[in-house]
Amino acid sequence: MTDPNSTPASLSEEVEIPESISGLEPVRSVRSPIRLIYDFVPSPPVQEYLRSYKKKKILGHRSPIDGAVFVPPRGVDPRHGVLIEESVELSDTGHVGNFCITHLPIPGRDDLDTPYVSAWIHLDGANVGFLGLVSGCENDEVHIGMRVQAVWKEEEELGNTAENILYWKPTGEPAVPIEKAGNRAWDQADE
Amino acid sequence: MSAELTAVLGVGQTKYSSTRGDVSIAGLCREAAYRALEDACLDWKEIDAVVIGKAPDFFEGVMMPELYLAEALGAVGKPILRVHTAGSVGGSTALVAASLIQSRVHEKVLTIGFEKQSESNATWALSMPQPFSVSINAGAGGYFSPIMRQYMSRSGAPELIGCMVAFKDRQHALKNPYAHLHQNDLTFEEVVDSPMLWNPIRYSETCPSSDGACAMVLGNEASGDRAENPVAWVHGTAMRSESNNFPGRDEVNPLASRQCAADVFKQAGITNPLKEIDAVEIYVPFSWYEPMWLESLGFAELDHGWRMVEDGTTSLSGGELPVNCSGGVLSSNPIGASGMIRFAEAALQVRGMAGDHQVDGAKKSFGHAYGGGAQYFAMWIVGAEKP
Repeated sequence: MTDPNSTPASLSEEVEIPESISGLEPVRSVRSPIRLIYDFVPSPPVQEYLRSYKKKKILGHRSPIDGAVFVPPRGVDPRHGVLIEESVELSDTGHVGNFCITHLPIPGRDDLDTPYVSAWIHLDGANVGFLGLVSGCENDEVHIGMRVQAVWKEEEELGNTAENILYWKPTGEPAVPIEKAGNRAWDQADE
Repeated sequence: MSAELTAVLGVGQTKYSSTRGDVSIAGLCREAAYRALEDACLDWKEIDAVVIGKAPDFFEGVMMPELYLAEALGAVGKPILRVHTAGSVGGSTALVAASLIQSRVHEKVLTIGFEKQSESNATWALSMPQPFSVSINAGAGGYFSPIMRQYMSRSGAPELIGCMVAFKDRQHALKNPYAHLHQNDLTFEEVVDSPMLWNPIRYSETCPSSDGACAMVLGNEASGDRAENPVAWVHGTAMRSESNNFPGRDEVNPLASRQCAADVFKQAGITNPLKEIDAVEIYVPFSWYEPMWLESLGFAELDHGWRMVEDGTTSLSGGELPVNCSGGVLSSNPIGASGMIRFAEAALQVRGMAGDHQVDGAKKSFGHAYGGGAQYFAMWIVGAEKP
């Protein structure tokens, strides 16, 4: 095995440095933070989705093939490659499909105390989940299948954003059994 | 017409470390490429094409780096092809290179994967704020930990299996001079006592952030026959992908993973992977993915993969199926290279060139990579003999 710290023979050949730069300090690396700020124009279904948040409504899209409901709505069913035009209004209740307790702070979210629970929230009537913060209970009380409901911002603070939901709190209802929680509620496609 | 037989003629790696401050990205790639050429006893002139892969460009902030790397990789005036499949890219890149040989487009191809994590921030590059969702995910660990929790609850595995995987891989890494982490004095208790990052995953159960590149020279049957060093013959290659969020998706054991494994084993004529494969390099960036993939790939019964960790089956010290003898992704993670390292290490095993982490007499080995939200898969099987 080649010694990992050796210099490959063909790399150890002398390089001729032009006289004009021979006295300069070689540059080993340059580090410069970069930033890209841009305007995001959502697709029509996502615009509708974000606007409905201002009215404390959560919209999904129902597949014309088998009725599966996607949230957020994207205008397509990616499984079948078909357009979706039917919107459905979803409840702001659901269950925790999966979660972890995160000890890393998120840049730009100074409002989050670590550790916090980031969870896949599966709304009643939807067939896929999205990420949300679970709070209003001790972190170690959170479990797969736990029933939750949205806690919304005050009326005057509502905007066209999913951030209108501050967090998801437990409702105290009986949990969804693990074999029916999350994506597992939908019949698994078979090979 | 059947596919051209394909051989791994040479492997080159850099010593993985948190910062390779002495070289640029081009210097890093050139070092791995030179070593692969030296191992293959070939010169740049004899290479027909270059196939290169890395993780998303916004990691280092250099867009389409393959364009400026063409000179460093001797590819000026030759075809150079870039592959993108997130974390699985090193594996997919090797398979694209192999396909150029198998289809007789080229006779000898240089393939390389790299990452310079010291010049990037993968955790937050993977968690960009998006206007249609809330910012609540903290990096890859935040994405994969809920899936590992689901595996733990449905398999009923003991709580410390993940720590056992991490400890085993770090012990293996001590036998691999290229590995990033060489934790000589690490104890199992220290792994267990490590702080939680994404409960249920501890800091010690996650991969490091590494700089590094891995390259291979692949050739056709004639060049494999002529090679001075032992070669690894390709017995099977397969890629599959699926969407990362759809109704009924099994996130723990994705359909694409199962179908990819079934395809590659069929090509290689393998019906009992556990008995017929001698060494395995699977993509395990977080500890619990070892038992999860052992099940998905068919090395273990569903919900029983953890038993192979517990009883030492996957250890290089006498286990029946040594897994990640190199130390795995848990010991070195230059992301864009990590998949290719799995493929290259599988080749080194059947060439008998793995040094202190060699599995004695390995004849067939398995290389694996996954990426995205566990949705892109690349696998190959290589053997000491022709298929």
